Amino acid sequence: METEIREILTEHARLPVEVASLDDDADLYQAGMTSHASVSVMLALEDAFDIEFPETMLRKSTFESVSAISTALTSLVGAPAE
Amino acid sequence: MTARTTDRLVVEAVRIGEEVAGPAADDVDRKARFPVEAMEALRFEQLLSVLVPPELGGDGVRISRVAEACTVLARHCASTAMIYAMHQMQAACLVRHGRSDFLREYQRSMVARQLLLASATTEIGVGGDIRTSICAVEAGEGRFRLEKEAPVISYGENADGVLATARRSPDSPPSDQVLVLCTAPGLSLQATSGWDTLGFRGTCSLGFSLRAEGDERQVLDDPFADIASQTMLPVSHVLWSSVWLGIAGAAVDRARRFVRAEARKNPDVTSPAAVRLAELMTIFQQMEALVRGAVANFEAVYDDVEALAGMGFAIAMNGLKVSASTLVVDIVGRALVICGISGYREDSPYSLGRLLRDAHGAAVMVNNDRIIANNAQMLLVHKDD
Repeated sequence: METEIREILTEHARLPVEVASLDDDADLYQAGMTSHASVSVMLALEDAFDIEFPETMLRKSTFESVSAISTALTSLVGAPAE
Repeated sequence: MTARTTDRLVVEAVRIGEEVAGPAADDVDRKARFPVEAMEALRFEQLLSVLVPPELGGDGVRISRVAEACTVLARHCASTAMIYAMHQMQAACLVRHGRSDFLREYQRSMVARQLLLASATTEIGVGGDIRTSICAVEAGEGRFRLEKEAPVISYGENADGVLATARRSPDSPPSDQVLVLCTAPGLSLQATSGWDTLGFRGTCSLGFSLRAEGDERQVLDDPFADIASQTMLPVSHVLWSSVWLGIAGAAVDRARRFVRAEARKNPDVTSPAAVRLAELMTIFQQMEALVRGAVANFEAVYDDVEALAGMGFAIAMNGLKVSASTLVVDIVGRALVICGISGYREDSPYSLGRLLRDAHGAAVMVNNDRIIANNAQMLLVHKDD
């Protein structure tokens, strides 16, 4: 799951740094993810994992790191197969 | 004490509006000068510090009272009301996000000295996007330095302090921002451009080269992203809309007085103007309901960080701004059609020129196109509550 999340971040988060250089807990906003880009990331995650983030999860804290995103996705799709 | 204090704010705002801001408003507008009389009166009555909590010497008033004060002031002088609103936006940010002992001490001095705070969130080279900065805070050994080219800082020349956005550090990306309290003695503002505009002429929003230095604790802890979404954005949209409601109210007053005066001369005729007035009142009713409802909604979640972080809340606050800024132009325009030549003249009891010019500022002070674009982006993922 983390791999796919990182791929989506690489494509959509528009970070000025390599996604590979960020730990799972690194703050993505401090790394340069804007509100605008975070919405693109949300859409790409919804499409890739075939889920919909409920209103309660559509906030900054849900997407603030790779781990945070992974936790959020796990709660929506169940534990990852990998 | 709280009930008496919150009533006092609105009562004094009414009085200052009628007795001080109103009589000076034409001169403030004509000369594009700072409304010094009204601001001094607000200072004298200790109304600048009303949001500071009681334990720090303030009144801790509810945001709805501040909104009401903005509306009543705006009926007499929109520039005065806008300055008051913008100052309270900065105060709200400091009150909620300035939790350190250092910044709490500053809040005490805001009360003792009735300090006036300005905002520097835009930057030359960035455009109107307040969530992007070029300049950066340079910090070290307990001190900070900041240099910022600001295209506008409203009433900058008269402010005691400026809250400025900047990148967290020289290595930070453009959207990783902090908010910095820039104050005397470490603050210098060099004017770089003037303010000769259609309306809100008394806000004196000159451009400035800002140079600031001071204690590192003047950099607020919370990321500006959080300060913006929880406090600056909703407070600004609610208080701006309250100012515009006051402008609309003043225009409606003039239209009503005009129609009544006409009717007294011809009591048996229902003039076209009277019919137009009835239509105008339905639009004004929409604006009142919109603004007062939004203020009440915001007040209900004012301290609820979870609710404030929601996308639905952000979309609603943006929508408020776009709707209110559109309605005020419609309302003042309709009042002008009703008052006719009397409203068109600058020297009549029904003059609507200044109100019309001020009203048109609403849609461009943050451009509605930008706000709608932000909502469009959020609506791609936002689900119903």
